[in-house]
Amino acid sequence: MAARKTKKKTVKKKTAAAKVDKTTEELKGVALDSIHEAASDVLKVSKKGKLPSMTMPQRNLANVTYDKKTGYFELAGNLKTRTLDVNSVKTFAQTLRLMSLAQDMVSDEDFATKREAYYVSKNWGDAKFNEQRESDTVLDDIEGMFSLKGITREILRFVPEEHGGSVVGALTVIDRDPETGDPIRSDCASMGSGAYTVPSSVDHLGFETSAEFVIVIETGGMFQRLNHHRYWRTANCILVEMGGVPTRATRRFVRRLSEELRLPVYAFVDCDPYGICNIYRTLKVGSGAAAHVNAKFCVPKATFMGVTPQDILEFGLEDATHPLQPVDVKRAKDALKNDPFFKAHPKWKAAIKQMLKMGVRAEQQAFAKWGLNFVIEEYLPKKLKETKKFLP
Amino acid sequence: MATRKKHSTAEEMALAQKEISVSEFFAKNRHLLGFDNKQKALLTTIKEAVDNSLDACEEAGILPEISIEIHQLEEDRFKIMVEDNGPGIVKAQIQNIFGKLLYGSKFHSRRQSRGQQGIGISAALLYGQMTTGKGAVITSKTKRGKAHHIKLQMDSRKNKPVITSDDELKEWHLKQGTRFELELEATYKRGLRSVDDYIKQTAVANPHCTINYLAPGSEEIRVYERAVKKIPDRPDEIKPHPYGVELGELIRMLRETNSRWLIGFLQEDFCRVGKKKAQEIIKATKLNERTYPSRVAREEADALYRAIQKTKISAPPTNCLSPIGENRITEGLMKECDADFYAVSTRPPSVYRGNPFQIEVGIAWSKPGDDLLEVSNKGKITKKRKKRGTTDTEDLLGNADEPVRILRFANRVPLLSQQAGCGFTKSVMQTAWKNYGLTQSKGALPVGSAAILIHMASVWVPFTSEAKEAIASYPEILKEVKLALQEAGRKLGVHIRKGKKVASEFQKRTYIEQYLPHVGIGLQEILGISNEERENLVEKLRTSMESTRKI
Repeated sequence: MAARKTKKKTVKKKTAAAKVDKTTEELKGVALDSIHEAASDVLKVSKKGKLPSMTMPQRNLANVTYDKKTGYFELAGNLKTRTLDVNSVKTFAQTLRLMSLAQDMVSDEDFATKREAYYVSKNWGDAKFNEQRESDTVLDDIEGMFSLKGITREILRFVPEEHGGSVVGALTVIDRDPETGDPIRSDCASMGSGAYTVPSSVDHLGFETSAEFVIVIETGGMFQRLNHHRYWRTANCILVEMGGVPTRATRRFVRRLSEELRLPVYAFVDCDPYGICNIYRTLKVGSGAAAHVNAKFCVPKATFMGVTPQDILEFGLEDATHPLQPVDVKRAKDALKNDPFFKAHPKWKAAIKQMLKMGVRAEQQAFAKWGLNFVIEEYLPKKLKETKKFLP
Repeated sequence: MATRKKHSTAEEMALAQKEISVSEFFAKNRHLLGFDNKQKALLTTIKEAVDNSLDACEEAGILPEISIEIHQLEEDRFKIMVEDNGPGIVKAQIQNIFGKLLYGSKFHSRRQSRGQQGIGISAALLYGQMTTGKGAVITSKTKRGKAHHIKLQMDSRKNKPVITSDDELKEWHLKQGTRFELELEATYKRGLRSVDDYIKQTAVANPHCTINYLAPGSEEIRVYERAVKKIPDRPDEIKPHPYGVELGELIRMLRETNSRWLIGFLQEDFCRVGKKKAQEIIKATKLNERTYPSRVAREEADALYRAIQKTKISAPPTNCLSPIGENRITEGLMKECDADFYAVSTRPPSVYRGNPFQIEVGIAWSKPGDDLLEVSNKGKITKKRKKRGTTDTEDLLGNADEPVRILRFANRVPLLSQQAGCGFTKSVMQTAWKNYGLTQSKGALPVGSAAILIHMASVWVPFTSEAKEAIASYPEILKEVKLALQEAGRKLGVHIRKGKKVASEFQKRTYIEQYLPHVGIGLQEILGISNEERENLVEKLRTSMESTRKI
């Protein structure tokens, strides 16, 4: 079982340095200036006896445009203005107070998880947040407000709670010790049965790799199977587990692999509207809600390996499928009608229509029908022979 | 062995067949008159006596002052006393009024009054006599006459009064008036449908009268002060309207009329029939103008009856009605209900079955909670604690989560029982109160701390039974009540909506108070401004924000 053929091949090592150090200092200054400027504006307007307001981009799918050349969702420019009034006074106060928190953290080089930011507000008396959902929304608003100046939530020192995806394969990640600044090398091929976990912020990481491509995988189950059989060694690739819709850190991480190491990225997700319209779409072009940061947080060069509706037919999975639920059908139709990404790609339109016509969905793990390792022995090799045919 | 005989012959039956006296009938059917249980007996007795007193006072043009006392003698034995300052009763009539069923001045009259059939007070006497063996004691003095003190019983077999003692008093504390005393078996309870409730409601609908009430076991006399000093206009008596007369009554009228000819009979004995209308009616029959009314045969009367129904006759005059009046209803409600808002509406007179009637509605509504919001001229809203406890005893308003209380009145008399079977209640349920700010499940009474007063003034109130507890559901009446409810309801709705607006505005301003300082803190933290600067800023913002808000 262990004796798998490993092609000995001389591979050029690719590297990418940490992206950060220089720009971080710059962006830090931009962040502090932006906060100060926003607060000054409010003060100035208020002193004139007028009602102050804050302006930020609208964050939804209706306010994004997609251009194949740019490759990701961009804000279309619709803005929302929050003017101080009865309905907004609480949010207005909370926005200013969170901006103040960000100011402190940027100056002190500290950080707060989104959860911690929520708890900080508990000390604000009446202005406290009642649920984390509220503080997350305000954080997104602040990020949106400053996004035009290239500021992200991470630069404002708010980090997400959830960890990123898991990584194994021919990749060495070079991190540094937060206290000493000494480099720390993590070889993703030496993780045993575990995996390297993408940290919440990835721009300071450096990379070394000999891999030829990256497969990003939806489910932990498939990732475990491929890792257990050291598929990454066989195929000389990097495997990234997304665990559903990929987090911002995971997207950024894969983006750097794609862009800086020039590795092709292939997505391997379930054949259902969620896998295609949510997971893959967000990986490739970003989301409507985070449109202000999509420029950095998506992988425009990723392509869709499978599972495609056509795969169901070609690999004889018809009897390993489940019928589409009404919510699936709605999601698919919605994508055809409203999602600028799918609307721009006739191949995708055809694929989604084919799925709707078949009325079924298939999971990645459905290949187990033909044997547990069918996916390794048959499916992946066959698909990888024709990467040009992958859906965009 | 003699076999038991089971069947009777007609002759044998005849021996057992005899006339049943009215009083015997009612003795066996006391529930028809409102004496079905001990608690109700007490209420009905008081009610009948008070109704009579009020009618007498108003008829004589006297502002009524009525004293009521109830003394508990034993557990279920009470002595009641009702005294008025009315015109008094001529001695010879005392025995008939109190000691004879179906004797009275109001039954044949088409005039709005509280009493109608002449049953009530004598039925009370009969009830007292049956349960205690004692009759009633009546003291009465007219302006010019002496005070008579009469003990009265009733021969229930013959429906005849029996005087057991008859004294002339040398002195009495009233210049004129009547006092009625009776012992009876009864139970006294407080709360809904109690004597207390009745008296309070009477005070609401009759703000021109003063009532002094001594409840059983109470040391103190409760005084319901008069709020208006004008006696209601005395309603005119009217002749029957042709539409309201049934065939049997028509035949009786034909027989008893003083008119010589049919054409005269139609004109003289009915209202709204002139010569032309009379001719039109007669033309539609085989009779002629000069037929003697007393010679009209049954079949001819039938034809006449049908001719009347087919002829278009204008509605009866309405000057025979004496509504309470919007001001008085408001006065009455304000006097006896702790409410925050009062709305009244009066319908123009209308007609059912030839009987004129008029509907009035009043609503007293109390905002839930203990606080009231007041808006100053400058638009400043302040919260104030409600003043409470201006009235004693039973509050006529229910709780905020209970159905509204319905105060039903017919000719100023409160109707306490059989609310569910009453046409008024039906009208309230059929009105869409959600439009007026009250919650209401489908087909049910609305919910809220409110009382809805409904008054029907009519020369003849259609009760569903002799106990005079519920109004019959004539479509014309239901419609008028609904229209009145809607009108008053709209006023209530406007008030409630405005209240909600003020409340939400107050809420919003509280919101500003609460959160605006944090805008200041946020700015201070970011920009490092001084405390003074921060406070000035917050004050400035507050002014800017409030100036853009209007109520």
